[in-house]
Amino acid sequence: MSDNLKILKRGIIDENPALRLVLGTCPTLAVTTSAINGLGMGLAATFVLLGSNIVVSLLRNVIPNKVRIPAYITIIAGFVTVVQMLVKAFLPAIDSALGIYLPLIVVNCIILARAEMFAGKNRVLPSVFDALGMGIGFTAALLLMGMIRELLGAGTLFGITVTANFIAPMTLMLLPPGGFFIFGVLIALANKLSVKKGKQPVNKLGCSGDCASCPTSCGGDAQ
Amino acid sequence: MKEMLAILFLAILTNNFVLVKFLGICPFLGVSKKLGTAVSMAAAVTLVMVMATAATWPIYYYLLAPNGLDYMQTIVFILVIAALVQLLEVVLHRYSSALYSALGIYLPLITTNCAVLGVTVLNITDNYTFGAAIVNSLGAGIGFLLAMVLFAGVRSRLEACDVPSSLQGLPITLIAASIVAMSFLGLGGVVENIFA
Repeated sequence: MSDNLKILKRGIIDENPALRLVLGTCPTLAVTTSAINGLGMGLAATFVLLGSNIVVSLLRNVIPNKVRIPAYITIIAGFVTVVQMLVKAFLPAIDSALGIYLPLIVVNCIILARAEMFAGKNRVLPSVFDALGMGIGFTAALLLMGMIRELLGAGTLFGITVTANFIAPMTLMLLPPGGFFIFGVLIALANKLSVKKGKQPVNKLGCSGDCASCPTSCGGDAQ
Repeated sequence: MKEMLAILFLAILTNNFVLVKFLGICPFLGVSKKLGTAVSMAAAVTLVMVMATAATWPIYYYLLAPNGLDYMQTIVFILVIAALVQLLEVVLHRYSSALYSALGIYLPLITTNCAVLGVTVLNITDNYTFGAAIVNSLGAGIGFLLAMVLFAGVRSRLEACDVPSSLQGLPITLIAASIVAMSFLGLGGVVENIFA
């Protein structure tokens, strides 16, 4: 059991997907204009991650190696469709806030990377803990970023007025430049903390654009 | 015609895919170090965007929507894009080795580029006609190219700067992107006023 807890902790802290692995940058920047949107996006991605990790892990001996990436993408797209339908039916406000970024969970690198690097090689129970750890880590990072941007940009927190009455809100923080800026500062802080603990700072993207340095082992044949 | 030009320039400037809509951030931050590779990558993305729209728009309106299968949109679109990219790679490899060596290495990445899936989904949610959808995809691609070229220039300046240690690398790149994004905010309303 302690192994599974280690996997859980690794996803939340040591290999936090948003702040340490720097994967899934697009939703991290785009939907974190308020705490509730960040939380919604994080939970939706966690659900997809959990479902895809379980199914990929169960089918890991059935899927032929050569077509595994298209197979993973199809499994992920299936779970994304389920999430889209559930959110549209039960949380219409979140659905309109997340908009196009909800179907785009399909191409979120975190989910494909966990299927490729972990679930495709491990048994179901560790894969569940891996998905939960990574999902909670991603959700926590998005929630933190959403809270900071909402507090600075609108002076509220989860829609409740906090500082708006005595500090003029900086609307810029809710606009695209604020997203880039806060994310840059958060990664710098995470770097500072990890250097203090004797770990390597992050200075490049999880997907740095060239397949050679990619953490997934697809070796460039990603489709 | 005027309407099409408005769609084109809105997609390039006001709704710039990278700096306003946050789509395709990975290649934007990853491949923008050198101008040459940035241009090749953006050209490949533009080509795939237009081709993907030309394929997914008819599929949605003639196959999925009439049969009540529109909930299959996400699955069908991503598989069409994956197949299309694979096909393009084979064709380029076979017929144009110069083009293949320039664009080939970026093609595997483009399947999971959210800008490509994003533009095909947006063309449906915004109810564009086929012509408007193609123009919008072209504009999105050119906007991606513009952002990549501008940012490649900023980054080459950044290389020579003395940056505090914890901001080195990715953090300072993101803060620089924030300032470039700010410049695009100034373009809001310009296109609407010209073509209104």
